[in-house]
Amino acid sequence: MKHEQLQVLAALVVGTIFGLGLALSGMLDPVRVQGFLDVFGTWDPSLAFVLGGAVAVAMGGMAWIRRMSRPLLADRFHLPMNSRIDAPLVIGSAIFGLGWGLGGFCPGPAMASLSLGLTPTLVFVAFMLAGMVAHDRFLAGRTS
Amino acid sequence: MTSYLVSLLGGALIGLSSVMLLILNGRIAGVSGILGRLVQGINTRTNSAFVVGLLLGPVVYFAAFHHWPTVTMTASLPLIMVAGLLVGFGSRMGSGCTSGHGVMGLARLSPRSIVAVLTFLVSGILAVALLHGAVL
Repeated sequence: MKHEQLQVLAALVVGTIFGLGLALSGMLDPVRVQGFLDVFGTWDPSLAFVLGGAVAVAMGGMAWIRRMSRPLLADRFHLPMNSRIDAPLVIGSAIFGLGWGLGGFCPGPAMASLSLGLTPTLVFVAFMLAGMVAHDRFLAGRTS
Repeated sequence: MTSYLVSLLGGALIGLSSVMLLILNGRIAGVSGILGRLVQGINTRTNSAFVVGLLLGPVVYFAAFHHWPTVTMTASLPLIMVAGLLVGFGSRMGSGCTSGHGVMGLARLSPRSIVAVLTFLVSGILAVALLHGAVL
């Protein structure tokens, strides 16, 4: 198999494990996510364990990756080059957080939840994609 | 207690898959970035394979546990639409969301990601506080 086909297969397997992790961790449930963000109400700390588990494993993995000269199926690592803390980063993250709190969904869980075929999640994803397209049209050339 | 353990295990799988994507394809597993590139028509086959995988995740869960994961959306349809727009627009503008910044960014100790995560945690907490204040 060519590298590109292997990359597609890798993305499929990785996406599946990612989606299973989201389902196991309770991230697919907007009410639970909102419970985690409800620090002034009845706070549900369980999602801190999700993030803790994910970051701990990813940190271990990063230590390994730093010793690799290149990925197994590609020519180089595509890591973000931009290190500036600028207005789009902060304003964009603030806007994202507002929507995350109001809807209880971030992009990964929203996509994964489509498998259950529920109308509200479909509506959410349609508007999320519209928001992405709107950004890319509206601010085209300023970010990439 | 067991629910915390399951959360930890689910999180570990998310971390493991993120590491795998970087080791294999050299790419950061940021869902907003992957979706953004997909709607722009960049690397369509690889990015859509990842999204198909995301959709298969809950199916694997169903096969293992014989029930679907819980998804409870209580927001009204107009609020869902606004929330979706904000999530889509904001995650692209901020160059990432909970996966790219939250998992891989924090693991790489990227200052940009640390700022992004703190920012969206604070605004998410504010949004929920606002929501509950408005509902009561």
